[in-house]
Amino acid sequence: MIFDYETLRIIWWAFLGVLIIGFAILGGYDLGVGVLLPFLGKNDEERRVIINSIGSTWEGNQVWFVMAGGALFAAWPTVYAVSFSSFYFALLLALFAMFLRPLGFDYRSKLAVPAWRENWDRALFVGAFVPALVLGIAFGNLLKGIPFHFEDNMRIVYFGSFMGLLNPFALLAGLISLSMFIMHGAVYLQIKTIGNINERAKKCVIIFTIATLVLFGLAGVWIITLDGYHISSEIFPNAASNPIAKFVKREPGLWLDNYGHLPGLWAVPASAFIGGGLTLLLSRFDKPGSAFIFSCITIASIILTAACSMFPFLIPSSISFNSSLTVWDSSSSIKTLNVMFWVTVIFLPLIMVYTSWVFRVFRGKVTVEHIRKNNHTLY
Amino acid sequence: MISDAVVELSRWQFAVTSLYHFLFVPLTIGLSVLLAIMESTYVLTGREIYKDMTLFWGKLFGINFALGVTTGLTMEFQFGMNWSYFSHYVGDVFGAPLAIEGLMAFFMESTFVGLFFFGWDKLTKGQHLTITWLVALGSNLSALWILVANGWMQNPVGAEFNYETMRMEVTSFAALIFNPAAQVKFVHTVAAGYTTASAFVLGISAYYMLKGRDAAFSQRSYTIAAGFGLASVLAVIVLGDESGYTDGEVQKAKLAAIEAEWHTEEAPAAFTVIGLPDQEAMKTHYAVKIPWVLGLIGTRSIDTPVIGLTEILANNRVHIHNGIKAYGLLQQLREGNREETVIAEFESLKKDLGYGLLLKRYTENVVDATDEQIELAIKNSIPQVAPLFWTFRVMVVSGFIMLIVFVIAVVASSIRKSRNDWILKLSLYTMPLPWIACETGWFVAEFGRQPWSIAEVLPTFLSASSLSEWDIILSLSGYVFFYTIFLVIEMFLMLKYIKLGPSSLHRRRYHFEMDQRG
Repeated sequence: MIFDYETLRIIWWAFLGVLIIGFAILGGYDLGVGVLLPFLGKNDEERRVIINSIGSTWEGNQVWFVMAGGALFAAWPTVYAVSFSSFYFALLLALFAMFLRPLGFDYRSKLAVPAWRENWDRALFVGAFVPALVLGIAFGNLLKGIPFHFEDNMRIVYFGSFMGLLNPFALLAGLISLSMFIMHGAVYLQIKTIGNINERAKKCVIIFTIATLVLFGLAGVWIITLDGYHISSEIFPNAASNPIAKFVKREPGLWLDNYGHLPGLWAVPASAFIGGGLTLLLSRFDKPGSAFIFSCITIASIILTAACSMFPFLIPSSISFNSSLTVWDSSSSIKTLNVMFWVTVIFLPLIMVYTSWVFRVFRGKVTVEHIRKNNHTLY
Repeated sequence: MISDAVVELSRWQFAVTSLYHFLFVPLTIGLSVLLAIMESTYVLTGREIYKDMTLFWGKLFGINFALGVTTGLTMEFQFGMNWSYFSHYVGDVFGAPLAIEGLMAFFMESTFVGLFFFGWDKLTKGQHLTITWLVALGSNLSALWILVANGWMQNPVGAEFNYETMRMEVTSFAALIFNPAAQVKFVHTVAAGYTTASAFVLGISAYYMLKGRDAAFSQRSYTIAAGFGLASVLAVIVLGDESGYTDGEVQKAKLAAIEAEWHTEEAPAAFTVIGLPDQEAMKTHYAVKIPWVLGLIGTRSIDTPVIGLTEILANNRVHIHNGIKAYGLLQQLREGNREETVIAEFESLKKDLGYGLLLKRYTENVVDATDEQIELAIKNSIPQVAPLFWTFRVMVVSGFIMLIVFVIAVVASSIRKSRNDWILKLSLYTMPLPWIACETGWFVAEFGRQPWSIAEVLPTFLSASSLSEWDIILSLSGYVFFYTIFLVIEMFLMLKYIKLGPSSLHRRRYHFEMDQRG
């Protein structure tokens, strides 16, 4: 079966969404747990409980992040090129912080020296806090548009600066991603631990779910006056990918355009609020397993809300509107999209199956007794 | 215009980060397979000592694996961050194998590695063994897809330039996957990984034997490493020769530069063992040659000549002149001209478009290039010979010394009487050789492709992002700073666990635990 170009582009927009949401859900709680580590673990054993609650599965979860990058490269090469080179220092910062994670997990408990372990705990905190914040800031900047344009021969030139990325709206987006990951991580810890850590995690669920929803609501209000983008010339969804062959206008409120045309889309932000509310409630009544499902829904809805606002834009250009990258003009060729579609359709479900199996094997609580018993083998 | 300094710094950064990454990769690839072999022996024989071997070498595997993962992330980010024009220009082709690598291999490896470390008492013996094999399979498949991507950079088959999108696009996925350059590279590289891991286990086991510690444990490890290492190093050498053969077909300039073959000689060409290559004079001083050998390696015949650099330069002159024409036509097409004659002429010349792009380094407008600029572009259309000539020889010599070491090790492990201290010391002190060979090998592969990032398609010079010098000085310093600290920490932990040996497992039956009890 061969799809037409338009369909494949929409499918690949959706796949990218699946991978980003997959990372936000799976990698997200790992990041949240990392941020909570110094606050919820009061001594070495408690911190080991927290680390080992994710220790055996975080590595696989992080691949969702790598995979989102890989899919971007293969299916949206120009988007990959523009975003990664424009966000140079932001990504470098996230990358350097993420360096600390594999090392922190693997090396921390290999020596019993307290100073060694405390420093790795700090490293694990930084390795979670910085990416959780920076990735949100990057997404905030996508909504604002980034200052790039194409020179002769499609060379990408970026006119912004690192400080320019730290604008108020983007910082708000950063705080949203940070607090939703912490919410998610706290719910996860409520599932995986007992006693003190469980109690402390429960308190964090309340704080950070409320924070997430308030900040998300704030961003929703801001979006009404924020400049949005719109393709003002005719769209050719089956044309070769040439991102400089269209006209784009920018006006306040245009990011709500899609919601105006398809009112049903309001269900997406609404489900973020409903999901958040249920997360709170279920966590309060000690049903963290169900709460976790709803915190997943909350996270997915928040990301989808932004995606629905922006469609078909992937990266708007704030200095050369017509160079903006959209679903219709920055994808790979139809052949690559088609082959990669089949590869994904075969392997993604397989990945989900074996990942679920691994989670099943490691199900159950992590306790201080468990750490003591496996002192020499656990993280 | 792009500055030379930005391109040079970007290249340095890529070289530093990828060579550093490859300090850990071969050990991961090889040790994962060795662990699977050890654990299979455990499951088949039921003897605990093989489980201890899997656990102990698994600990060292973990210390190494963490840094492999850490530095691998850099590699994926770097194409977009520092080589954005490359990413745009070839992402349609090059991105696909990288994405397949993620879906098919990296997910599997990373998801199961947690079970390998922490699943021992949660799984049956058979299940755990399966997991270990899947981790090994994952890391090997990972290498396959990365090398399909790299192979395409060396020999860009199955793709074509599209003037509407201003980039290369796939025409045949089968050609991309079954690219001879990629296939040969894959086997050569994973076999190098197996050799590296074998030398690692062999050297450390020899150290325990020299210290007279944990005899049963170290002798068994030594034997497995010796056998596996011998088979692997033979595969590396045979496939290295196969590499020479494919180079002869698809990357003539690389082969000629490695051999400092300045002029096409009468077939079969002689092999220059050693000498002092001089690029300006186009000759090798004090050359020591063996007749026939190069012709045999490069062409597998005695009557086909191996083409020399002078003739390659002459060919490149033609390509560059065609490339200038192709570039001029491309400009017309990009401005919207769709006359059939223009399209037809461009299609006939576009395979040389890359050669036209070489001139971008010297002039913005290519079509108005002066004779002087064209001469400069021709002169720089082949790689620097001396660095390639030397690194290649270092790699080959390391390979053959390893072959000798493994042969001796196999003899020593099968005939008990022949086991002497000098053999053990040899096994220990030659441990760095596989790393030296791996690093010089990658240098030859990548430096030998210059001035191209995609051979004959996209010059390295154009591939870089439009960043400033300071951007890259800052990022490169950051990488060097972090990577140095990480290496110190890793070596510290590695040496600590190596010195502890299997006693670190706390199984109450190894050397240091005996001391405590006694």
